[in-house]
Amino acid sequence: MWGLTGFFALLFYLAAAVAAAGLIYKINQYRNTPAPLKIPTTPAPTTRGGVVLRLFREVVFFESLFKSSKWTWLFGWLFHFGLLLVLLRHLRYFTEPVWSWIALLQPFGIYAGFIMVFGLGALLIRRLVVERIRYITQPSDLLLLLLLLGIGLSGLAMKFLVHTDVVGLKAFTLGLMHFDWSPLPADLFLATHLLLVVMLILLLPFSKLLHIPGIFFSPTRNQVDNPREQRHLAPWAMKLDQEQ
Amino acid sequence: MAADFKTPKMRKYPEIPVLQEGATTHLKPFRAKPEHQEALGFPGELVENWEEKAVEKLRELLGKYRSLQVYLDSCVKCGACADKCHYFQGTQDPKNMPVARQDLLRSLYRKHFTPQGKYLPDLVGAKEMDQAMLDEWYSYFHQCSQCRRCSVFCPYGIDTAEISMAAREIMDSIGVGQKYCNEILGKVHKIGNNLGLPQPAMKATLEDLEEDLEEETGIKVKLPLDVKGADVLLITPSADFFAEPHIDGLLGYAKVFHAAGISWTLSSYASEAANFSMFIGNYSNLKKAAERIRTAALELGVKRVMVGECGHAWRVAYNFWNTLAGIGHGGDDPYARMLQKQLDPNYPAPQHICEFTDGLIRDGRLKLNKEANDHRIVTFHDSCNVARGSRMGGSPGGQFEIPRRIIRAVCNNFVEMDPETTREKTFCCGGGGGLLTDDLLELRVKGALPRMEALNQVVQEEGVTHMAAICAICKSQFAKVLPYYDMQPDMIVSLHQLVSDAIELGDG
Repeated sequence: MWGLTGFFALLFYLAAAVAAAGLIYKINQYRNTPAPLKIPTTPAPTTRGGVVLRLFREVVFFESLFKSSKWTWLFGWLFHFGLLLVLLRHLRYFTEPVWSWIALLQPFGIYAGFIMVFGLGALLIRRLVVERIRYITQPSDLLLLLLLLGIGLSGLAMKFLVHTDVVGLKAFTLGLMHFDWSPLPADLFLATHLLLVVMLILLLPFSKLLHIPGIFFSPTRNQVDNPREQRHLAPWAMKLDQEQ
Repeated sequence: MAADFKTPKMRKYPEIPVLQEGATTHLKPFRAKPEHQEALGFPGELVENWEEKAVEKLRELLGKYRSLQVYLDSCVKCGACADKCHYFQGTQDPKNMPVARQDLLRSLYRKHFTPQGKYLPDLVGAKEMDQAMLDEWYSYFHQCSQCRRCSVFCPYGIDTAEISMAAREIMDSIGVGQKYCNEILGKVHKIGNNLGLPQPAMKATLEDLEEDLEEETGIKVKLPLDVKGADVLLITPSADFFAEPHIDGLLGYAKVFHAAGISWTLSSYASEAANFSMFIGNYSNLKKAAERIRTAALELGVKRVMVGECGHAWRVAYNFWNTLAGIGHGGDDPYARMLQKQLDPNYPAPQHICEFTDGLIRDGRLKLNKEANDHRIVTFHDSCNVARGSRMGGSPGGQFEIPRRIIRAVCNNFVEMDPETTREKTFCCGGGGGLLTDDLLELRVKGALPRMEALNQVVQEEGVTHMAAICAICKSQFAKVLPYYDMQPDMIVSLHQLVSDAIELGDG
């Protein structure tokens, strides 16, 4: 029992540390790399507030993807929206007492699990069936979809097939957070679920999951269209000016 | 000219093409000669250890360009861009899908700059630089016109233009340049314009045109060159001095200035709006070419700087001139401060000729006879760099409204093309991004397909006779490829040609 608990506890600490360090490294890299020229995709907002709105629409509604393909948008958005609700629902394992709005969300979170799995399944089929999407697919693209599907399905299985000991699980997660371990219930679906989640966390800084911080640093989306009002100059470009 | 390729068939309804792998692998522009390379500060020939040098250059660029770093990491291969490229539409070559084009560079990035690519290359498609990769780069990064249409649809705003600029910069840095861009850029640095036209030839040409204008209108309309103390310095693509239908646009500008009673001048030193350095992604050349304009503005003592009809030039002028050469607000080096002191505070930044003409029309300062264009039914082609890489006027989208407002003011019959092919979704003419060269004719013809389809539709359904554009590359490209699609080459006109035909010049 303690072996399993210790194994997962250490895995989670390790994964969290690696992902945090990796993401901090990448985000710092993005922040510290200058964008030397104004390259917003126009028409672009002319104010900072406008840019915040543009990014909000992009992150919340997938505005550009909607312009591109309604089907990809639908499946992609359902997956991401489902995942968001599912993640919020999972906060009940990390809060004691459970925050009231998380408690309110619980019934929706269950449906969200199905929505997420549906979206992922549709995206997977699309990746395998549509010729041009198959062409641009690397094995890692398929594996990531399968990983997410595995997480979704093993999670649903614990709710609808073989109930897991959620009270024991919560004791484990709270113990993780407070460095005061409680035993992890021995449960095949749960162990699978957690193992896949650890893998997903580990992949954050080493995969296309970097699109999560990436979107906020994308110059075509986050730049203000104001070259007439302000001179935009990168530090390395400023040096060229001074060399003259 | 005997074509050894087939012009694609125009489709009635938009469809996503079936993939034909390797369909345009054979298309490669001529290589730059050593002297073209060296004039721009690049090695003349393929350097030793070029594989390593390429990786080193990539490392340098990753540290200089956030776009490159973020875009190489962020792509999720969703395929939103896959069917959006005109070259993919026209050639069916899967490597012309923007994401696949990016992957040509991304594979090297992953190999050298990501742990997953180093240790699990097959899983993530990481590859080492070798001759095969370089060949593919040379081919397919010269099949991107950097029109940024893909970036409109990408959920992360990934701009393939940024990737292809970086790839061309890397190739130049190891001695593999493209002749068309690099030779032309050398002429700009040496003589001042893409055509390599020296001052006396320019002067003679402009005088001839003045005579033509006087014959046509009976009025002395000036095309001034190197006039110190003029109010406006007009920077226009040098094609405006020689090529058709560009010249008619130049005459249009001259008439507008004449009618407005504003003194203006061209410069023989800065006789080129185009700045092909953008196409090859090279910042220092971009800066060097832009600085000619600042120098000319200072020497001539003008109050405003204005830009003629040229797509990428307007992107460079609007977005980059201030950064590169302090032409605009906030420049803090001595030259920039001097220029800002000299310029009219109402116009501290470069203006587009369309903004100028539109302003005059709205102020009622031009006498226009719309009926003069009644023999035409006109549509408007949004040029990619204007549409997706710049702005006109005070609010976003002015780059779409202002040219249309001018056309409506000078012309009774204006028709829009399919909205899926205009404004921010406009299709490239097929010749942008440094590809307007006869060694890439097959690519140009095929890449024009989506625009030709949209144009043909309004020709058939609405009787459109002319398509106006505000880009020198678009104009040259369309004049060349229209016949391949059984349309007349003179269908393409300069926007200011329409103005020119409608404007009534009184002497007073």
